[in-house]
Amino acid sequence: MLNSVRRRVLVLSVFLPSLALSSCSLVGDDDPEDTASDKKVVLVTHESFVLPDELVAEFEQESGYDLVIKAAGDAGALTNKLVLTKDDPTGDAVFGIDNTFASRALDEGVLQKTDAERASGAGEYDLEGDGADYLVPVDTGDVCMNIDTTAFETQGGLRPPETLEDLTEPEYRDLLVLPGATTSSPGLAFLLTTIAAFGDDWPSYWEKLLDNGAEVTQGWSDAYEAQFTQGGGGGDRPIVLSYDSSPAFTVDESGEFSTTKALLDTCFQQVEYAGVLAGADNPEGATALIEFLETTEVQEALPEAMYVFPVDADAKLPDDWAEFAVRPTDPWTVDPAEIAANRDEWLTEWSDIVSR
Amino acid sequence: MRRLLTLAGLALLPVLVLGVFFVLPVGGMLGQGLWPDGRFDPGSVLEVLGRDRTHRVVWFTVWSAGLATVASVLLGMPAAYALHRLDFPGRRAIRAALLVPFVLPTVVVGVAFRQLFDATGAVPIIAGLAFFNVAVVIRAVGASWESLDARPAEAAAALGASPRQVFVTVTLPALRPAIVSAASVVFLFCATSFGVVLTLGGLRYSSVETEIYYLTTQLLDLPAAAALSIVQLVAITALLAIAARLRAVPDAGLARQVTRPRRPRIEDAPQLAATAVLLLLVAAPVSALVVGSLRVDDAWSLGHYRDLGHTATDALVTSLRTAVDATWMSLLLGGLVSLVVTRRSRTRTERRARGILDALFMLPLGVSAVTLGFGFLITLDQPPLDLRDSPLLVPIAQALVALPLVVRTLAPVLSSIDDRQRQAAASLGAGPLRVLATVDLPVVWKPLLAAAGFAFAVSLGEFGATSFLARDEHPTLPVVIFQLIGRPGADNYGMALAASVVLAATTALVMLAVERLRVPSVGAF
Repeated sequence: MLNSVRRRVLVLSVFLPSLALSSCSLVGDDDPEDTASDKKVVLVTHESFVLPDELVAEFEQESGYDLVIKAAGDAGALTNKLVLTKDDPTGDAVFGIDNTFASRALDEGVLQKTDAERASGAGEYDLEGDGADYLVPVDTGDVCMNIDTTAFETQGGLRPPETLEDLTEPEYRDLLVLPGATTSSPGLAFLLTTIAAFGDDWPSYWEKLLDNGAEVTQGWSDAYEAQFTQGGGGGDRPIVLSYDSSPAFTVDESGEFSTTKALLDTCFQQVEYAGVLAGADNPEGATALIEFLETTEVQEALPEAMYVFPVDADAKLPDDWAEFAVRPTDPWTVDPAEIAANRDEWLTEWSDIVSR
Repeated sequence: MRRLLTLAGLALLPVLVLGVFFVLPVGGMLGQGLWPDGRFDPGSVLEVLGRDRTHRVVWFTVWSAGLATVASVLLGMPAAYALHRLDFPGRRAIRAALLVPFVLPTVVVGVAFRQLFDATGAVPIIAGLAFFNVAVVIRAVGASWESLDARPAEAAAALGASPRQVFVTVTLPALRPAIVSAASVVFLFCATSFGVVLTLGGLRYSSVETEIYYLTTQLLDLPAAAALSIVQLVAITALLAIAARLRAVPDAGLARQVTRPRRPRIEDAPQLAATAVLLLLVAAPVSALVVGSLRVDDAWSLGHYRDLGHTATDALVTSLRTAVDATWMSLLLGGLVSLVVTRRSRTRTERRARGILDALFMLPLGVSAVTLGFGFLITLDQPPLDLRDSPLLVPIAQALVALPLVVRTLAPVLSSIDDRQRQAAASLGAGPLRVLATVDLPVVWKPLLAAAGFAFAVSLGEFGATSFLARDEHPTLPVVIFQLIGRPGADNYGMALAASVVLAATTALVMLAVERLRVPSVGAF
């Protein structure tokens, strides 16, 4: 009898606190929902979106809106999620549609026109045609091959590669690692680079690249962090697909040089856009939010927060960026409409080549 | 009649939850694929099934998951014995430590495995899958082994059976339900594991799960994604039917006497050696992780932990809260389901209904997180089910993932209780709750703890579903790790390692604490 009482006490003492703890967590998370919907603006974005807390607080104070950020999935998942929910959008504004997904978003009608004021110089990154009425450029960056300069110096003076063609040369056998086009956004950008550079011959370029021992990984981290010689995991491949800003993060202790370098002839320009969702509950709030993203203050915070370049020509870059993040003058580009028309076919063909 | 109504009442809550948070969203996504533009058009779905690529992907999934399941069972069995039947210092800590892989980010593990196996291809993939899943076998089989009546084995030994004969003729048959249960869960985990295959194998290998992700998030080819989801569902149903047959035991009504773990003897050397090998396999990536997190600019330092600061503690609190929610939800639902499916059936229809119910709750393991995540968005947007922004979604999704583990851990033990004990208790005047507390609970207590540990670890480490669901400003620790590891620079990588260590250590500590909770009267009947 005593046993059974003690047992019950024990059981209760385990379950009651956990119930209490959890109910408190549920209540705690409910807060944002309580605010009246006209004073709330909901931003739908991808998982890489970061905005410093101070800036969020500043926006909320100046505009009077409560900012709710819904960040989930990558850029592709984001766009397709918007397409699936276009009759009943999950928010007011979107950030993170890039130039490779812009056409799908426009064709599917997930956005409404916006006259949000742009940062100075942002117009340079506008989409062609009436896409510019719907999507406002917020940041940009280039996907480029990066090399470990120290590895090439110590390797008996092997000349570092410079062009796309160099990467298929036998002296660079087994040196390249890159994320795949079907599973990562830089990977897709590089596929587009090769399409821009080689036209219809791109499949044969990829065959040569793979024959030369290129390793294709799932995501950027699997390539850069795990397999690149300058990545955190201490890999053994000195050539990797990354960004033009990456060299700013591998600056030597002395602060005088970076141990990596972007190959500026291999770059593809990415631009990320913001827009107002069709059917938004609070389009004015969405416009205010987009205009806030275009302020110099936010533009100058982008490099440190999201590892991208501002579109604002007057925004000041962090010191390491100004010195080591060298940008290509003439990156490869593919027209967004052409990407939209051919993406599925290109990706399917690419993935057949890679898994062969 | 009243008995049936009670059982139906018990099943109501789990069925309702599953219906709203699984059947409805997944049905919605399949509907998008089968009814493109509102007209029923299964043609494109059938076309996808005929593609060469589909066949290749399905075949790879089946054989890699199959091999990994075999590897997990072979590695896990000796360890289950050593850690649950033998008493030696540190066995609790080891048991807790073996759950750590569950929560480790795949990229980090990938780095370590690349150092262990100097090759890419199928071997690291299978080793990796086994690395992540061997704990399932150890826990589920161990829990059953622990509460196994030792007398039949002793009797066999006394009659002159060799240890091998005892194992094959007495122990193995008694453990079969647990082994089959564990193996089916491991197979489902392996077949639907998203990160491991790609991280360790590169893009040359593609599984059904990764293919659905690609088709949905990149191509928005919903008919093709629906086709593969249907393949998944059909395959899992078939697998579950086979598993149910294999684990069926004609006479589970054995008297039980829980044996205390005993000191290791010389004849236990092989099992202990196998356990040591397994520990090394698990320890290698984990220690690489710890060492990496403590190195700043080629010197020992706690710098990465300091840099993490309150980001990590905030995220850890979020993770723990979510995990507590997910754990009680999955225990509540899983407990109810286990009770309902393990009660003796009196008619054939009744038995069949229980079988279907049992299988139904395994399905969430076999469906892609992206299908579920997108399904939430398109089906849970109208009142009264306007739930897509609910903070409950993440813990519920995690609870659904953990639910099969809970059921598969509890059900074998519950079904091995002799129903006559309950009848005896009832005839002595005990009410249904009293019967539950005095007959079922003492036996099921340890498995319940094991299940709670699983659910907690699954939730702490869960990333797939979490990252698809709308999350607010409070990310969980795995999300923070993912963000850190996705940025260049040695500091970010170091911080990601440090955050992984925090996650791993928290998991191990919680597991240790859970192991210490026990009912005093266990085995006292």
